[in-house]
Amino acid sequence: MTAELGFGILAFFLVGFPALRVVTSKDLVRAVLWLAVTLLGTAVLYALLHAPFLAGVQVLTYVGGVVTLMVFGVMVTRKHEGTTVAIDGANRVRGAVLALAFFGVVASAIVRTDLSSFTPVETPSTQDLAMALLDRYLIAFEVASVLLLAAIISAVVLARRRDPSPDAVEPADGVNLREGSVP
Amino acid sequence: MTLRALLLVATALFSLGIYGLVTRRQAVALLLSIEVMANAANLVFVAFARYGGAPGHPLVLFALAITVAEVAVGLALVLLFYRRHGDTLLEMASEAKG
Repeated sequence: MTAELGFGILAFFLVGFPALRVVTSKDLVRAVLWLAVTLLGTAVLYALLHAPFLAGVQVLTYVGGVVTLMVFGVMVTRKHEGTTVAIDGANRVRGAVLALAFFGVVASAIVRTDLSSFTPVETPSTQDLAMALLDRYLIAFEVASVLLLAAIISAVVLARRRDPSPDAVEPADGVNLREGSVP
Repeated sequence: MTLRALLLVATALFSLGIYGLVTRRQAVALLLSIEVMANAANLVFVAFARYGGAPGHPLVLFALAITVAEVAVGLALVLLFYRRHGDTLLEMASEAKG
């Protein structure tokens, strides 16, 4: 029981409190930085769960990539320096009720379920993981790469600055990419 | 560290994500909440890979790729919205249909 309590305290400081700050911080930049802390804490949990490769990937792609992207997103779309986001009270109550209800239902299900058959096993090594990705999950792997390519292209097309001159020649295929016409 | 405690932590993370999703009014903040929820799901995958030997690690990698793609497209949409409306508050999106 002491170990569980210790883990609870550890998890609270690693992911619980940072995640709470992510959803309650008034300053969005701070919320993004707390998200980085949450993701780093999760990486620590991955390492504790014998998934060192996933912990490394988590730090590299999430903390290095996603959070950087988010910081840019917040900075670019921020209207005034230091504006804070107001959260109206009714929504806060609604959100708390919804979140607590969800937590209550799922947590009671977890507590009642007999989990004794799940014992710690050896996790796959990085080598096993690579073999699985390029063998058993090859199609999913390729589809994921196509998905990332599509995401890159669509992000570029969506965020591209439109041609500022109004008398610019329209694209030959009739697709109007000018501001305000995106479906 | 037991499986039950891990699942409870993941549930708590997911609940916090729900709370953020309901209370936040700014589009980027919604993306942040979705990140927290995706993170909770990934934690469950890794926990079941350690306890019981489910093939969770490849799934986490794929989930990561999907989340990254979602963030990239989501931020592009937010940027587009900002250019049209001058802010990213969601009540300005009431004209969106479908």
